[in-house]
Amino acid sequence: MKDPKTPDAAVLLDIYRKAHLIKTADDRFIELIKAGQIASPYYSTRGQELIPAAVSVNLRADDYVITTYRGIHDQLAKGIPLRPFVAEFMGRATGTCKGKGGPMHITHLASGLPVTTGVVGSGLPIANGLAWAAQLKKTGQVTVCNFGDGASNIGAFHEALNLASVWKLPVVFVCQNNGYAEHTKYEYGTGAHAIVDRAIGYGMHGIQCNGNDAVEMWGAAHEAIERARSGQGPTLIEAKTFRFRGHLLGDDSHYIAKDEMAAAIAADPMPALRAWLIEQGHASDLALAEIDNTNREQFEDAVQFGLASPYPDVSELQLDVYAEEVRA
Amino acid sequence: MSEVKARRMNMSQAIAMAMYDAMELDSSVIALGEDIADPQGGGVFKCTAGLSDRFGTERVRSTPIAEQAIMGAAVGAALAGMRPVAEIMLMNFITVAMDQVVNHAAKLRFMTGGQTHVPLTIRTATGAGFGTGGQHADYLEAWFAHTAGIKVVAPSTPADAYGLLLSCIFDDDPCLFVESLPLYFAMGEAPVAGERIPLGKAKVVREGSDITVVSYSRTMVEVQAVAKELEKQNISVEVIDLRSIVPLDMDTVLASVAKTGRLVVAHEAQVDFGVGAEIATRVHRELFGQLRAPVGRVGAARSPVPFSKALEDAFIPTKQRITAAILETLR
Repeated sequence: MKDPKTPDAAVLLDIYRKAHLIKTADDRFIELIKAGQIASPYYSTRGQELIPAAVSVNLRADDYVITTYRGIHDQLAKGIPLRPFVAEFMGRATGTCKGKGGPMHITHLASGLPVTTGVVGSGLPIANGLAWAAQLKKTGQVTVCNFGDGASNIGAFHEALNLASVWKLPVVFVCQNNGYAEHTKYEYGTGAHAIVDRAIGYGMHGIQCNGNDAVEMWGAAHEAIERARSGQGPTLIEAKTFRFRGHLLGDDSHYIAKDEMAAAIAADPMPALRAWLIEQGHASDLALAEIDNTNREQFEDAVQFGLASPYPDVSELQLDVYAEEVRA
Repeated sequence: MSEVKARRMNMSQAIAMAMYDAMELDSSVIALGEDIADPQGGGVFKCTAGLSDRFGTERVRSTPIAEQAIMGAAVGAALAGMRPVAEIMLMNFITVAMDQVVNHAAKLRFMTGGQTHVPLTIRTATGAGFGTGGQHADYLEAWFAHTAGIKVVAPSTPADAYGLLLSCIFDDDPCLFVESLPLYFAMGEAPVAGERIPLGKAKVVREGSDITVVSYSRTMVEVQAVAKELEKQNISVEVIDLRSIVPLDMDTVLASVAKTGRLVVAHEAQVDFGVGAEIATRVHRELFGQLRAPVGRVGAARSPVPFSKALEDAFIPTKQRITAAILETLR
């Protein structure tokens, strides 16, 4: 009998495909910014790819994912269409938000991405409302809320986790603990030995896992999402990971010890997953190379689409402020 | 729809009636806030009394004392197609949830290019007169009027509260609905069940020819009393109740001031940088040549709301201070 706690080969390849697409996007965005073709602050997700890749294969298309300004991995894993996604990064009229949101606020409701916040911790209280609506409408939808270790120290975290627990909401809080809140190392800013320990204080189910291990991450997400969907309430997942490219593009990670960074890079989850898939016989080198090429081609198509797209008309400034034009 | 037997009721009853009728009309209308469900008393001001008994505690939820959690849950539910009504017991407590109101509720429609919207109503109460001191009685409507994406409504009568609240609940954008604590207990004409009052339509509650006084919320009571008093001195005051700050019905204000040539704006919020300043500048711009005196403003002093009655009378726009502002403008 198939062990439900282990993803099969098809699922593992899907995780790989998503993770590789995320890395492809990250590499290319940085090239485009450095070349002056995108003008935006950029928060790289390099190193954290496996978390959303392994979470999202457990989700339905209509499930909700909330993320933050460091969010391209979560958005791509959920299946945001590439052309409007890249166009939004470039501030074009064809972007998901017509160029009015930008990289920090990528939203695509049709893909189950209703809000991306630029304010640390603010997604957590909103996740509860999406989940409450699903509970009332009995849709079975689950809301996954992503945030970093830094967000676990802001008041919104406390208020949101407490309410989610009291109301037994179908939410999975995924703390992507990359060890640094902006430039501040975990132990300088966080009193708890582990973020997962905080779940106890809310009477909430908690799981700590290695977010850089596809199988372990999949197992944690599978368990939490099934619990949420079956009415057993919320879970706090602490997924341990690492951030290779600083808080913000241009930040040289000078505050991270050299040996710590070297060890993290030596354990880079992307080449590790690739080698493991081949070693376990889940895929051949050739099959993975094909996935890689398809990802690159599709992403490049989106880049060219974005570059060729027009900027929004200035009349957009007064549109979507309210449903109708409001005389203030 | 509610069957209205009483010919008069107070504002808290009118609000409860609007909530009831909205929830009866549309199952997407839900409510949350501290102590609002019937097992907890139906709201500290009874504005949600009877709702959870009728519609259940799934739709009408008492919450922990956690304004960020309340507002965030309301924003999320609104994004998912519900019409939440979040009660923030007192206006000062909104400060705890400002991030959700200003950075999220007000901006998401624009920032998502119209993909999402937040049909949320925030009901909140405020006002001096109960000895609650500096953190329970501020009028903060100017902060929200200064934020694009949110509407700001402040009724002065039970019937207006009913009709405007229904409009807010069924509006597709976030609305801040400011309730006056002292007015909760003031009786007025009962609303007509189901009758909505459109947002952005000021009401000329008293016609006059010498001077226009624009006001809203609790201060309307004082303004009307003053207008009646001044009539005895042959001073004819036209009184306008704005009813909503955003949208702002400048057409009604300008038409009145074009007739009277004089304007005083009166509100309980502090005068400096307030709604009165915005109205004054617009009137000066539009009617510069026709004004017979500079626009007068009257409101709270630039200080926190004081506790002592002796100080409170100097703080709020009393009848005496409104009268003085009118006479000064008529000089």
